[in-house]
Amino acid sequence: MTETVPARGALDRARAVAWLQEYGVYAAVVALFAFNAVFTPHFLAADNFRTQLVQVAPIVIVSLGMALVIGTEGIDLSVGSVMALTASVVALYLGYGALPAIAMALLAGALVGAAGGALVAVVGVQPIVATLALLVGVRGLANVFLPQLREFTNPTLVALGSEAVAGVPIVVAVAAALVAAVAFLVRRTTFGRQLVAIGGNRAASRLSGLPVRRVLLAVYVLSGVLAAVAGVLATSRLQASDPTSLGLFMELSAITAVVVGGTPLSGGRVRVLGTVMGALLMQLLQATLIKHDLPQSWTQMAQAVIILAAVYAARERR
Amino acid sequence: MTAQTARPAPPATTAPTSRERAGRLFQRHGALIVLCALLAAGTFAFDSFTTPANLGNIATASSFLAIIAIGMTFVIVSGGIDLSVGSLFALGGVLAAYGSRHGTLAALALPVAVCGLFGLVQGVIIARTRMAPFIVTLAGLLGARGLMLSLTDEGATTYLVEDEAFAAIGQGTLAGVGHPFLVMLVILAAAAVLLQRTGFGQNVYAIGGNEDAAALMGVPVTRIKIMVYLMSGLLAGLAGALNAARLSSGVTILGIGLELDVIAAVVIGGTLLTGGAGGLGGTIAGALLLGVIQNLINQIPGLSSSFQQVVSGVFLAAVVITHRILSGVRHGTT
Repeated sequence: MTETVPARGALDRARAVAWLQEYGVYAAVVALFAFNAVFTPHFLAADNFRTQLVQVAPIVIVSLGMALVIGTEGIDLSVGSVMALTASVVALYLGYGALPAIAMALLAGALVGAAGGALVAVVGVQPIVATLALLVGVRGLANVFLPQLREFTNPTLVALGSEAVAGVPIVVAVAAALVAAVAFLVRRTTFGRQLVAIGGNRAASRLSGLPVRRVLLAVYVLSGVLAAVAGVLATSRLQASDPTSLGLFMELSAITAVVVGGTPLSGGRVRVLGTVMGALLMQLLQATLIKHDLPQSWTQMAQAVIILAAVYAARERR
Repeated sequence: MTAQTARPAPPATTAPTSRERAGRLFQRHGALIVLCALLAAGTFAFDSFTTPANLGNIATASSFLAIIAIGMTFVIVSGGIDLSVGSLFALGGVLAAYGSRHGTLAALALPVAVCGLFGLVQGVIIARTRMAPFIVTLAGLLGARGLMLSLTDEGATTYLVEDEAFAAIGQGTLAGVGHPFLVMLVILAAAAVLLQRTGFGQNVYAIGGNEDAAALMGVPVTRIKIMVYLMSGLLAGLAGALNAARLSSGVTILGIGLELDVIAAVVIGGTLLTGGAGGLGGTIAGALLLGVIQNLINQIPGLSSSFQQVVSGVFLAAVVITHRILSGVRHGTT
């Protein structure tokens, strides 16, 4: 009897670690939420919820694409620059109306994604270098197209960023719909299975006849389009096109959300809800520190600690 | 991305084809060849390009990037990556300006010590826990920027350099060449000896080539990795201090996105991100190349500086595509 006690203790510990790896990000969000509900005045007000969700929506959308790319053992550094490019494209084509402008912006995002995907899948360049070239080049292109901030008053576009349907801001509704769509794509479609298989073992996937190039290309195009959607939404909320600063550091926020959400950088696994929770955790953290009058610099240092803790916890899975 | 990713061994037994030889030549000297071509084109196109003053400007302006890129070359050859250097560059500048109130020595020692400590901690975490360098140094990027912001009242305070002797280190010239460039040359010479002529350098290559094999052969993997990130942090802090001396102040917004320029310079210089191959000569050529591109675009009237980003991005893509096509060997994409 005495001999089983340490064994059970070890088992419990292993179980606790496994549980923490799987649900740690949910637990952290709940804990931070509970802390705020008790200690932060006006935290539970509907207005505050709306503000937080509207702020986090673009990050969530970009993170979805990033999660897919990371699931294939890649990385997409170009997402922030794609957002900037959509900002300038929207401003350039707004003369034809809001819908053509949005369509052109999404097309631009798809093109950048296709360029990155072609470099990775066809030429065989490392994802980090291929998308680094795009990060630098596309941000420059956005600034060449539109050298300075331009405000707009197009009613459709302004409504997209500020109106709400049944109390839910359109921005948040779009983000929620995209989360559902990507979750369906990963869990219930052949494409999702192929994506995860390629991330797990590319050589084996190729040998078993999966269309590796096509899937990789599609994943980067998806990431580009999702970043473009986020860019359009952020621009419509700003009511101005700002290619110089829109989406700056977005790649870092998105990678952080994905990694904190428990998707391993080594590929082969995509956690969609975990990614959403990762983005929410970072947003809640920032809101908490701001509401308690702690400076921005603390937020960054706290984020650094959370990233390290999340990856350290996930490390023992292997 | 991880250092452990096995790379198919190059076919060592067969004689190299002409295409492979061209690929190897391009990888080693591509940046230098393009640099010479661009210098020639610049001479041809602009009268004001090949003046000693302009060339001196390019050299001085590129030397900060080059100093950081030297450290980054060690990191990348060892199979890692360091995203924190841009933040450490900014932190180093602020600390140098802050330290200059207490004399020249403090202005130099404070940034180098703090940034070195930052690199050391990152190296220990990477080497001991085997967490991905990308993630650890991403956290370092955020942490160092946070530290820098909290030192400057959220970026509202700009410390001025109050020590004449320290400012002279950044602003002075010797025989028409700016001091920062001379400092860079000294560091380059020391680093080249370290990487090419010592056991330490051989170990760095061995770890980048195959970490597990290196460990089995008795290479002190943990120690070498820690050293490499320590060096990268030290050099980023030193570059920040030199830049603060040149500008006479610790500018807080500098260094944002600098890590990407540094990585671009190293990759253009022919060092593979998969580790185990590359060298410092190419890195310096890559850093100077980025400086020359910027200078040339500034010379052309009507082109904004954002156009330079487009050219840099296209150039980086062109380099890696050419390299992939010429070498024909699959590098770490699987």
